Amino acid sequence: MALPEDDPATASAEAVAEAPLVEAPADTVAGEVVLRLTDLVKTFPGVRALDGVQLEVRAGEVHCLLGQNGAGKSTLIKVLSGVHQPDSGQVEWRGEPATFANPQAAMKAGIATIYQELDLVEDLSVAENAFLGHEYRSFGFVRRGRMARHTRQILSRLGHGEIPPGRMVRSLPAAGKQIVSMARALSHEARLIIMDEPSAVLAHDEVGNLFRIIRELTAQGIAVIYISHRLEEIREIGDRVTVLKDGRTTAANLPARDTPTRDLVSRMTGRTIEYVFPDRPSDDTAGADLLQVEGLTRAGEFADVSLNVRAGEIVGIAGLVGSGRSELLETIYGARLPEAGSVRMNGKVLRPGVGAAVRAGMGMAPEERKSQALLLGEPIYRNVTLATFGRYARLGFTNAAKERAEADRIAETLELRPRDVDRPVRTLSGGNQQKVVVGRWLLGGTKLLLLDEPTRGVDVGARAELYQVIRALAAQGVGVLLVSSEVPEVLGLSDRVLVMREGRVVREAAAGELDENTVLDLVMAGSLMEGAPA
Amino acid sequence: MSDATPTPTATPERPQLPAQSPPVDPAETAVAGDKAASAGRLSWWRGDGGDGAKRNLGLIGVLAALIVVGAITKPDLYGDPNWVWNNVLAILQLASVVGVVTVGMTFVIIGGGIDLSVGAIVALAGVWCTTVATQSYGAAGMIFTALAVGICVGLVNGVLISYGRLVPFIATLAMLVAARGLAASISNKQTQVSSSTFINDIAARKVIGIPILVYILGAVVLAGWVVLNRTTFGRRTIAVGGNPEAARLAGINVRRHTMLLYALSGLCCGIAAIMLTSQATSAQAAMANLYELDAIAAAIIGGTLLSGGRGTIVGSLLGVIIFATITNLFAINGLSIEAQNMVKGGIIVAAVLVQQFQFKSVTRLLARNRVTTAT
Ligand SMILES: Nc1ncnc2c1ncn2[C@@H]1O[C@H](COP(=O)(O)OP(=O)(O)OP(=O)(O)O)[C@@H](O)[C@H]1O
Ligand SMILES: [Mg+2]
Repeated sequence: MALPEDDPATASAEAVAEAPLVEAPADTVAGEVVLRLTDLVKTFPGVRALDGVQLEVRAGEVHCLLGQNGAGKSTLIKVLSGVHQPDSGQVEWRGEPATFANPQAAMKAGIATIYQELDLVEDLSVAENAFLGHEYRSFGFVRRGRMARHTRQILSRLGHGEIPPGRMVRSLPAAGKQIVSMARALSHEARLIIMDEPSAVLAHDEVGNLFRIIRELTAQGIAVIYISHRLEEIREIGDRVTVLKDGRTTAANLPARDTPTRDLVSRMTGRTIEYVFPDRPSDDTAGADLLQVEGLTRAGEFADVSLNVRAGEIVGIAGLVGSGRSELLETIYGARLPEAGSVRMNGKVLRPGVGAAVRAGMGMAPEERKSQALLLGEPIYRNVTLATFGRYARLGFTNAAKERAEADRIAETLELRPRDVDRPVRTLSGGNQQKVVVGRWLLGGTKLLLLDEPTRGVDVGARAELYQVIRALAAQGVGVLLVSSEVPEVLGLSDRVLVMREGRVVREAAAGELDENTVLDLVMAGSLMEGAPA
Repeated sequence: MSDATPTPTATPERPQLPAQSPPVDPAETAVAGDKAASAGRLSWWRGDGGDGAKRNLGLIGVLAALIVVGAITKPDLYGDPNWVWNNVLAILQLASVVGVVTVGMTFVIIGGGIDLSVGAIVALAGVWCTTVATQSYGAAGMIFTALAVGICVGLVNGVLISYGRLVPFIATLAMLVAARGLAASISNKQTQVSSSTFINDIAARKVIGIPILVYILGAVVLAGWVVLNRTTFGRRTIAVGGNPEAARLAGINVRRHTMLLYALSGLCCGIAAIMLTSQATSAQAAMANLYELDAIAAAIIGGTLLSGGRGTIVGSLLGVIIFATITNLFAINGLSIEAQNMVKGGIIVAAVLVQQFQFKSVTRLLARNRVTTAT
C-alpha cells in the first residue's frame, strides 16, 4: 500500500497539471484485443460519473484501473457488466459492437464481475449464491448435489476447501463472503473477469491466494480487469494500467511494473503526494491510561485479552481476518457482551451496552460500512452526525444548519467527492462512503476512537489526509485503537502494536521495534472459518 | 488556514486544508455554516423531509383526477361553490379519525415496524372511556382514560416487540385479538352511550366554519411533521428503521426507541377513540373496524417504505384524503361499498405506480437543471 521508499515522489505539480493522454507501446501483452471502450459517457443526477472513457483490454492480461475515490471506476465496470446503460460511447466486445441490457446479458457474453459492494443473498447457502441465476437444473428442479460438488471444487481452487457449500452466507465473516463472490465469478465460463477492489477485505495471505488464481486465469487467456487502491498490488499482478480522473481516461496502457509511482499518482490526482505517515511525537507525550481491558474473553472469538490505551496514544492491532480483532473491538465498545473480563474507561468499569460506551467517550467506525454504519437513503450530513446530532440539538429540536456545517468541514478535510452534504450516501462511491463512516467520529467530543479497517477502499491521497487527522487528534489527547489488515498501516501509524493470532495477543511492542516481516510471521496460521459464528 | 495541524501532505501548489480538529475554529465554522445554510435553501425540495415533496406530486395528481371524475359525474353539484366547500369539509371530517391513526402508524412503519392493533386499541380506548364509572369523572376523566389506555396498550406492544423480541406483526396481531376481546367483555357487547355533552360536541361543532375534528387532525399532522422532521426523536426513528445495526453502533438506544414508537401509535389511537366516540356519541367493541388496513394503506401510498427508514407525514395525510375522497365520490354517486372497495384496491396500485413514474421523471428533470446551472 505504501509507495516504495526509493520513490520520494517529488515531481512538481505544474509539470503534471496538463499531462497529456499517454499511450504507451503495448508490446508487453501479446493477446488480441477483447474489449475496447471509446468515449464512454454515463451521467447520474447531478454527476457526470463517466465523461469520455477509453479502455482497451487484451486477452490474457491483467489490466488495472487506477483512480481516486469517485473517479468512476465502479461505474465503468457496472456499465460493462450491464448494471448501468451508458449515455453514449461504444463498447466493442470481441471485435463487435455490443450493448449489455442487463447483467445476465453480460454474463452470457462471457463477462463475470466481482462487485465492490458484496451482492450476495445472505439467507442462501454458499453454493446457491455461487450459482445464483445459472443453477444446474433438470426438469425444473435444481440439482443441488452437482452444484455443491462444483462449488466445493471452485472453493478448493480458491484455497478455501474448508468453507462448506451448504453453509448460509450470513454466518460467514466478511472475507469469507468475498471468497464466495469470487467463487460466483469463477462459476461462469468467462472470457473477462472484472474485480472491483477484491483485496479490500482480504488479509495478506488471502491476497497471495487471489493472485495465484488470477495468474491461472490469465494463463488460460482470460482477461482480468483489476481495481485496487494499493499500488504495490498493481505492480505485482498488473500488466497494464489505465488511469481515470473525474470520469476521464488520463493515461492508458501504461506498463504496470515500470511506470514511476510519481507518474501514476499525479495522473490520478493531478498533484503529487508525499505519501508518508505523520511523524510520531519525538518524546513520549501519551498521558494516563484511558482504556484498560483485562482478561476479556468470548469463546470462539478471542480469549484473555488484556490491553491498555493511553490518552494521546495510537495503538494498532495486527492480525489476520478471523483472528478476533473486530470482535474484540466490538466487545470493548459494548456491542457484544464479554463472557469474562472487564473494560474500564478512565478507571471506571463500563456498564454493558453501546450507549454507556458512547457516553464514556468512545466511538467506533465498524468494519462493514453498508450493514453496520450507513443509512444509505439519508443525506451525507445526517450520516456524519448520526452519533452526534443530539449534541447539536436544543430541547429535542435538531439543528440541521449546524449539522450541515460540521459535515461539510469533515467532507472538506477528507476530500469527499462530490462535496455536497445533502446527497444521499447511496450515490457516493465506495471509498467516499468509507470516509463518511470514519468522519462520523472525527467531529470532536470523542475521547477514544476504535477504528476497524478505517482506510478500506480509500484512495492514496485521502488516506494520507486521514492519517494526518488521526495523528492530530492523538496530539490533542484522543486515544486510538486501530485494527487494520494492512501491516504497513498498523506499523506506520501506531505508537504501539499488538499482534493477534487466533484470538490471543501474541506480541506487544513499540511500533518502531517491529518490521513487516516479523509481524507477518507472527500472524500467519489460522483460517477463515475460525471466529465465524457456528 | 491555520498551522495547528502538523505537516500537511500536499505540495504547496495545492490549496491547504483547513485545520480539522476540535476545538473548532469559530470563524471557520461560521463561514462553513453560511455556505451550508445557503445550500440548504437552494435544495429546499429535498430538504429535511427527504424527497417527499416530489413523491407527493403523484398523490396530488391522483387527487386531481378524482375531483375531475366527480365533476364529470355530477356536474350540477360541482358547479355550486357552496356545495363544493361543504363537500371538502365533509371529506376532511371523514378523513380525520383515520388520519390521526395514520400519523402514529407512519412513525411505526418508518421505525421499521408495523402496528396491526390500532383499530382494536381505538375500540378498547373508546369503550373504556365510556363506561359508567369513567363517565362519572366527566369529560376530562374520559379524555384522560382514552389517552392512558392508548398509551398503555401501545407500551405493551412496544415492550413485547423490543424487549420480548416478538416480531411486530405477531405481537400486534395478538394485541388486535386481545384488545377487541377485552373491549367486548368490558362493554358486555353493548353499545355504551356517551352522556358528556363536551365530548359529543367535539364532532358536532364547528369553529369559524370548520369542524373541530378537522382542527384536531390538523394539529396532530402538524405535530407529527415537526416531530419527524425537526426533532431528535424523528431523526432516531429514521435511523432505527433505516439501519438498526448502524443506529445501535452510533449509540442510539434502539430498543427503547422502538418501544416509544408503539406508545406513540397508541397515543394517536387514544385521540382517535375520543373523536370517534364523539362522532357516534357512543362506543362499542366493534368500532374502528379494519382501521389498521386503512392506516397502513394510506401510509404506503403516501410513500412510506414498508421496510422502514423512509416516509413522510404529508404523504400519509394525502393518502388518507384520497381514500376519503373515493368514499365520498361513491356516496354522491350512490354506488355500493363493494364496488368502492374494488376501486380502492385499484387506486392503491395505481397511486404507487404513478408515484414511481413521477418520482423518477421529476428527479431526472431537476437533476438535469442542476447540472446545466452548475456547469
Ligand atoms: N447511483 C448513483 N447515483 C448518483 N451518483 C452516482 C451513483 N453511482 C455513482 N455515482 C457517482 O459517480 C461518481 C463515480 O463513482 P464510482 O463509484 O464509479 O467511483 P469509484 O471510482 O469506483 O470510486 P471508489 O474508489 O471510491 O470506489 C461518484 O461521484 C459517485 O458519487
Ligand atoms: Mg468503486
